[in-house]
Amino acid sequence: MLLSKKDLIGLYDMPAEEIAYILDTAATMKAYLKQSAKKMPHMQGKSVVALFYENSTRTRLSFELAAKFLGATFSNLGVSSSSVSKGETLLDTGYTIEAMETDVIIIRHPYAGAPKLLGDHFSGSVINAGDGMHEHPTQALLDMFTMKERFGDLKGLNVSIIGDIWHSRVARSNLWGLKKLGANVTFCGPKTLMPFGVETLGARVTSSLEEALRGADVVMGLRIQKERLEGAFLSTLREYHDRFGVNEEALARWCGKDVLIMHPGPVNRGVELSSAVVDAENSVINEQVTNGVAVRMALLYLLTRRKNEDA
Amino acid sequence: MKTLKLYGGEVVNPAGEKKGRLDILIEEGLVKAIGTDLGSADETIDVTGKTVFPGFIDLHCHLREPGQEYKEDIASGTRAAAKGGYTAVCCMPNTSPVMDNAAVLALVLEKARSASTKIYPVCAATRGLKGAELTEMGELAAMGCAAFSDDGRPISSGAMMLAAMQYADTFGKLIMAHEEDLDIKGAGVMNEGVNATILGLPGIPRAAEESMIARDLILAESYGLRLHIQHVSTRGGIALIREAKRRGVRVTCESAPHYFSADDGACMGYDANTKVNPPLRTPDDVEAVKQALLEGTIDAIATDHAPHHKDEKEIEFALAAFGISGFETAFSLAVTNLTRDKDKLAELFSVNPARILGKPGGVIKEGVPADLTVADMDAEYTLTEQSLVSKGKNTPFLGRKLRGVVTHTIVDGRLVYQGGSSCR
Repeated sequence: MLLSKKDLIGLYDMPAEEIAYILDTAATMKAYLKQSAKKMPHMQGKSVVALFYENSTRTRLSFELAAKFLGATFSNLGVSSSSVSKGETLLDTGYTIEAMETDVIIIRHPYAGAPKLLGDHFSGSVINAGDGMHEHPTQALLDMFTMKERFGDLKGLNVSIIGDIWHSRVARSNLWGLKKLGANVTFCGPKTLMPFGVETLGARVTSSLEEALRGADVVMGLRIQKERLEGAFLSTLREYHDRFGVNEEALARWCGKDVLIMHPGPVNRGVELSSAVVDAENSVINEQVTNGVAVRMALLYLLTRRKNEDA
Repeated sequence: MKTLKLYGGEVVNPAGEKKGRLDILIEEGLVKAIGTDLGSADETIDVTGKTVFPGFIDLHCHLREPGQEYKEDIASGTRAAAKGGYTAVCCMPNTSPVMDNAAVLALVLEKARSASTKIYPVCAATRGLKGAELTEMGELAAMGCAAFSDDGRPISSGAMMLAAMQYADTFGKLIMAHEEDLDIKGAGVMNEGVNATILGLPGIPRAAEESMIARDLILAESYGLRLHIQHVSTRGGIALIREAKRRGVRVTCESAPHYFSADDGACMGYDANTKVNPPLRTPDDVEAVKQALLEGTIDAIATDHAPHHKDEKEIEFALAAFGISGFETAFSLAVTNLTRDKDKLAELFSVNPARILGKPGGVIKEGVPADLTVADMDAEYTLTEQSLVSKGKNTPFLGRKLRGVVTHTIVDGRLVYQGGSSCR
């Protein structure tokens, strides 16, 4: 099977079979990753460039390791977030990277649509590593992979995502991907943090933590950015944790023992999730990180393989 | 004394007496006679099978001069306007420097003398469009300013808006209001709705527009002042205006062709040519705009021609400039998407704009300036970037198949545009 598009911009446009195929390939990659000798030849001689307009250590490292384990050359183009509006245009930067015979650009950008714009003008593959409030498809894929690994199948799975849904590209990508594979998605948070009309796009929406937790198979917390939200979108972090924070008592009262605890990281302990919940046995937050490398290996492989077979 | 005769066309003239299959004789820039058997003329134009409208008047455009000539200038802008059938255009004051003083207005008026169309400059209501201090409206009005507006920005202070309406009224002028609550708009870049949610773009709520329309209708009503509302885009805004008109508020308004020809689904590929303020709204709003234009709640179609350079559009959606290049597609979009009723088109493009401005025009009769627009109602074409004479190629309608083409534009008896080539 080949992916139908050269770029990974988001899951909204990706067919369900392709998502399933990426997850299957990631399982193979995870097996490789768990070997003592991790180096594989799938991308030997390929050049991967990371173009990050937002700081991110973990996502970039995850992509870097994935590319290197597959034998590719990985390079970083350091750009500061201030250069988005002041410096060279995105397309000019893209043309420069293209001129250096790059096969894959991994882009993170503060503005929605930047990866799409780049992909429309770059002959190689573009992978969206997060654009504004739009999508973060590799995060959602690794989240889905983690759920699938634990539950076997996503069909009928109840996934509750709690927190700042409005600003979250992770929530959006998860909604599109999970719905396509048959899971039920609940969004929970204060109404100030709920995207317009999201209930008409397939999500169940609630402002009640109890409602979100009852019957959930997966509980995912989303990062609350204090600087951005306090005062404007919610009152205090104290009240947030009181009303929407997931702690041991809430889980014990409303969830089964097997509920899976997830978070895209980095966690604000004591805000989205209590420390005890982060460290609990059913928390798979660190497993998500491992799976992130496997999923990104799968994607890099599938996208560059696609390119080879096109030629 | 050279004479020009248009023969064989159908004269559409809802505000005049003479209409139907009639010839028009023009002498010294004025309409000399309308009828049959008008005799010979020095020059003749065969408009058989075509429709002759009173010249189109655009209540709202941006010519970008002075200061942003890389986007458009008065010469290129009015060439594009003439191609769109316009014989007169109202240019907005958000130039650089802002047209808020006699010097800039004088420059624009001077350039207007060699432009393809007439220009009715609209000067800033407040200095620097900052919404804090009134401009010298008395002097500007005496020089030939047609109306006042801070277009591109709202007058956020209700007190300042009231003062602007009163002060403009002192000199017999109108405030054209860009209705937008900037706090409610926030960082919005497209219509707030499910499409914005899917794209992850911050939305511009309809409430941002409607709440300001409500405020200004109340001000106009309370003080008996005239008000013209620019680029109405929402069902709710239309309802407010409809109600106000019913109560006798002295309000007029306009909408632009893109608000009845496209909805926010057009934004789905992040094409910044769909980025405009107010934003493209929902299909329901599109229907409401159409209905309001046909029933007369919306008085006029104005282009809000907002040319931008490619470099300001081929970038991240959130960073791209707001605006659509509109002169050359307005009539075709109206014929294609709104109505083929010729009287209605004449009212929306000519009769009502002239009435709102208190300018001559909107009627074809003996003795008036010969400002005429000739169109082929049935001609079809596919819009291409190459065909646009405006410097601004920023339109979301590239590739669209459109119906209705302007074939001749005549200003003061001069042929300023003729199918496929501009004459001046």
